[in-house]
Amino acid sequence: MSTPTAEKTATKGKLALYWAASCGGCEIAVLALDEKILDVAEAFDIVFWPVAVDAKVRDVEKMADGSIDVCLFNGGIRTSEQEYMARLLRRKSKVLVAFGSCAHEGCIPGLANLNTRQEIFQTVYHQTLSTENAEGREPQPATEVAEGTLHLPVFYDTVRTLDQTVPVDYYLPGCPPEAERIWEAVQAIVQGELPPAGSVLGPQTTVCDECPRTRSEKKIKEFKRTWQIIPDPQTCLLEQGLVCCGIATRAGCGAKCPQVNSPCIGCYGPNEGVRDYGARLMSALASVIDADTPEEVERIIREGIPDPVGTFYRFSLAHSLLRRKKLAQA
Amino acid sequence: MKRISIDPVTRLEGHGKIEIFLDEQGEVANAYLQIPELRGFERFCVGRPAEDMPNLTARICGVCPEAHHMASTKALDDLFHVEPPPAAKKLRELFYSIFFATDHTTHFYALGGPDFVVGPTAPAGERNILGVVKKVGMEIASKVLKMRRDGHELIQLIGGRRVHPNWGLPGGVSRGITEEQRRQIEELGRHAVEFARFSLKLFEDVVLKNSDYVKLITGDIYVHRTYNMGTVDANNCVNFYDGMIRVTGPDGREHAKYHPRDYPQYVAERVEPWSYLKFPYLKRVGWKGFVDGEDSGVYKATPLSRLNAAEGMATPLAQAEYQRFYEVLGGKPVHHTLATHWARLIELLYATERWVELATDPEITSSDYRVVPREAPTEGIGSVEAPRGTLTHHYWTDERGILTKVNLIVGTTNNNAPIAMSVKRAAQKLIHRGEVREGLLNMVEMAYRAYDPCFACATHTLPGQMPLEVVIRGPDGTELRRLRQNL
Repeated sequence: MSTPTAEKTATKGKLALYWAASCGGCEIAVLALDEKILDVAEAFDIVFWPVAVDAKVRDVEKMADGSIDVCLFNGGIRTSEQEYMARLLRRKSKVLVAFGSCAHEGCIPGLANLNTRQEIFQTVYHQTLSTENAEGREPQPATEVAEGTLHLPVFYDTVRTLDQTVPVDYYLPGCPPEAERIWEAVQAIVQGELPPAGSVLGPQTTVCDECPRTRSEKKIKEFKRTWQIIPDPQTCLLEQGLVCCGIATRAGCGAKCPQVNSPCIGCYGPNEGVRDYGARLMSALASVIDADTPEEVERIIREGIPDPVGTFYRFSLAHSLLRRKKLAQA
Repeated sequence: MKRISIDPVTRLEGHGKIEIFLDEQGEVANAYLQIPELRGFERFCVGRPAEDMPNLTARICGVCPEAHHMASTKALDDLFHVEPPPAAKKLRELFYSIFFATDHTTHFYALGGPDFVVGPTAPAGERNILGVVKKVGMEIASKVLKMRRDGHELIQLIGGRRVHPNWGLPGGVSRGITEEQRRQIEELGRHAVEFARFSLKLFEDVVLKNSDYVKLITGDIYVHRTYNMGTVDANNCVNFYDGMIRVTGPDGREHAKYHPRDYPQYVAERVEPWSYLKFPYLKRVGWKGFVDGEDSGVYKATPLSRLNAAEGMATPLAQAEYQRFYEVLGGKPVHHTLATHWARLIELLYATERWVELATDPEITSSDYRVVPREAPTEGIGSVEAPRGTLTHHYWTDERGILTKVNLIVGTTNNNAPIAMSVKRAAQKLIHRGEVREGLLNMVEMAYRAYDPCFACATHTLPGQMPLEVVIRGPDGTELRRLRQNL
C-alpha cells in the first residue's frame, strides 16, 4: 500500500456495492468503517454504490462484462428488478460477494417463505386490524388511474438468496457483518489473499470460541425461553437452558449478544463445512440433552422449543434444504 | 397526457418512485408516490415466539432498528402483563435518547443540512456532506463524526450491537450498566448536549440569518395544513419513549388524546392498488383523498408534528428553543414542512439533555432491571416515537406466547399521504406550461427529504444528494426531455 500515487491509480481495482431486498443495516455496517471508508476509496475506484456514488444502472449496463473487480451485493431476491440487478452485476463482476445474511442465507425476510404471496397480501391488505378495505383492493402490477397507467414490480412467492439466483464467489456472513470483518475482507481482496472461490470469509470456528462465558459439561433437562429466567451473567447460556445458537454459528461477531446476557440468535450462519444450519443446530442441541430415550429428547425439544422452524432456521430458511413451505400445484 | 417519472437511482429506485402527470396545458394534473416493496412481516411473524419479535422486527429497518426493538419490547410488557422496574424503563429511555440523538445528527448533517448550509441552488456536486464540510470546515466535520461514533459505541455498549441490538425483554432488559459505564455515558452525553447547542447555533447563523432561506421555509411551496400526531408525557411535553398519543388539528386544537392501546379507534389504513405501502388516516375524520384541511383525515407524524402536538419540551434548553421556534415562525401550529429541519434540531437538544438526565439518575446503575413475567400472554400493544413518526406494534398470542396475529404501523408509513401531497404541491408550484424548471429536481427532493422518509434509507448516509432523473414523456410514451442531476 506504499506505492506512489500514480502507480496506485494505474493499478486501482474497481469496486461496486449494491443492495436488493434488505433493511439498510448492511450499508450502515459499511459506514461503520468510519474513516477507513477513505482507505477503501484509496484502494478502489467505487464505480457503483447507489448510497454514495452517482452512477446509475444504465452506466453499469454499459460497462464491459467482467470489468468490475469486486461487487459486494447485499439483500435477498424478491422481485424481478432485484433479479435483474443480480444477473447484471454477476455478468459485470469478476468477483461477486454475497454480503450479509440476506444475500447469504435469506435472513429474517426469508421467513416469508413460510407463506405464499397471496397469504401475505391477505394479511397485509385485508385482515390487519387497522386496514379499512371494504373495496377489496390489492396492489397490482398495472393500475389505470385517470391520468394514465401506474406500474409496480411483481412480488414473487419466494425469497431467494443471491447464490440461488446467480453463481457467487464469496460470502461475508452476519446480520449485519461487523465492521472489523468487512475491513479484513477488503484487505484480503486488496492484497490478493483471497481463499478458494466458494469460501465464506470469516473464522472457521463457532461463536462459543469467542464467548467469554465459563463452560463446563452441558447436560440440559429442559429448555427455557428468554423471558422465563434471569440467567447468571458468567455461565454459558446454553448450560442454563437457553437456546443459544452460538454452538452452531460461525464466529466473527465477537459474541456480542451473550455479552449483554442474550443468547446468540444465529445471524452469522453455519460454520465451515455445514450445508444446513438448522439441521446442525438441531443435532448440536440434541447432543447436550440429558435424556435416556429418543422419545425423551423429542419431548424436551417439543416443549422447550415451540417454534422449531423459526428457531433453527431463523436466518437461514431460504438457503436451507427446506427452502420454503410447499406451494400448491397450480 | 404527459408524464414525468422521477426514478431515483439510490435505494429509492427499488423502494420509491414518483410519477407526475401533466394535462394538455402542461400543468400538473396529479402526482403519485409509489412504494414498490413489501416484505410481509405481519404475516410471516405469525407462528413465531413473541419474545423473538424485538429481534425479528429490528430487521424491518437497519437504519432505525432501535425503534422497532423498543416498540416491540414494550408490546411484550403489555402482552405478558408485566410492569418493568423503574431502572429498566430508565435504561430503555437512556438507550433510546442516545439513538435519537445519533439518528437526528445523521439526518441533519448528511441529508437535510446540505440544502441550507451549502444552499438549495448551489451546484449539485457541492450540495452534499462534503460540501457541508467545505463550507463549515473540517473541525465541525470532526465533531459530527465524533457524535455519530460516540452514539453508535454507546448503543453497542448498552444494547449489544451497533446495528440490531439484542437487549429488550418483557419486564425489562437483559443487562444493566456498571458505574464505570455510566460515567462514560454521562461524559459523552455532556459533549452531546454541547454538540446539539452548537448545531442550533449553526442553524441560526446559516439559515435564520439568511432572508432567502427564511422565505423558502415560510413560503407557499412547502406548506400543508394537516393534523399532527406525537407522543406526550403527563405535562403534554414531547416524549420519545412513552406517554399518550396526542393529535392536534390544523388549527392547533386538540383533536384526540389517547393511550397507545386505543390506536385502532383513531387510526385506519387505506389500500391503493398502485403502491405496496398503505396510507394511514384519522378514522374519526375519515379518508377524503390526498388533500389537507380539517375535513381530511390525513395527518403528519414528524419532528415538526411532535412539537405541534405537544405544549412544550421537558428539558430546559430545549424548552427555550421551542418557545423561540414558535415566536420566529409566527405562533402555533407551524405547517411549513421545511421547518421540520429546525424542529429536528430542537429534538436533538432534548434527546441529549434527557441522555444526561438519565445517565446521572441514581437509579440507572441499579441491578433491578428486570422482572420475570408470571401471567400468561394474551394481547399486547407497544408504541414509541420513531425519529420518523409514531411507531405501533400490536401482537396477539396463544397461551404459550406463540404469535397468532400481528399489526404494525411504522413511522414513515404515517407520512405516506403527506409526502405524496408535498411532492405534488412542489410540482404544481414549479411546473407550468410543460416547462420543467431546472431547479425542480432538488426542490421536489426537498419536499420529501424534510420527512426523512425511511424508505429512502440511503439518504441517511453519505452524499445527502440523491441522484435523480426526470423523464418527460408524451402521451404515446416517447421521451421528450430528460433532466439529470448528480448522474
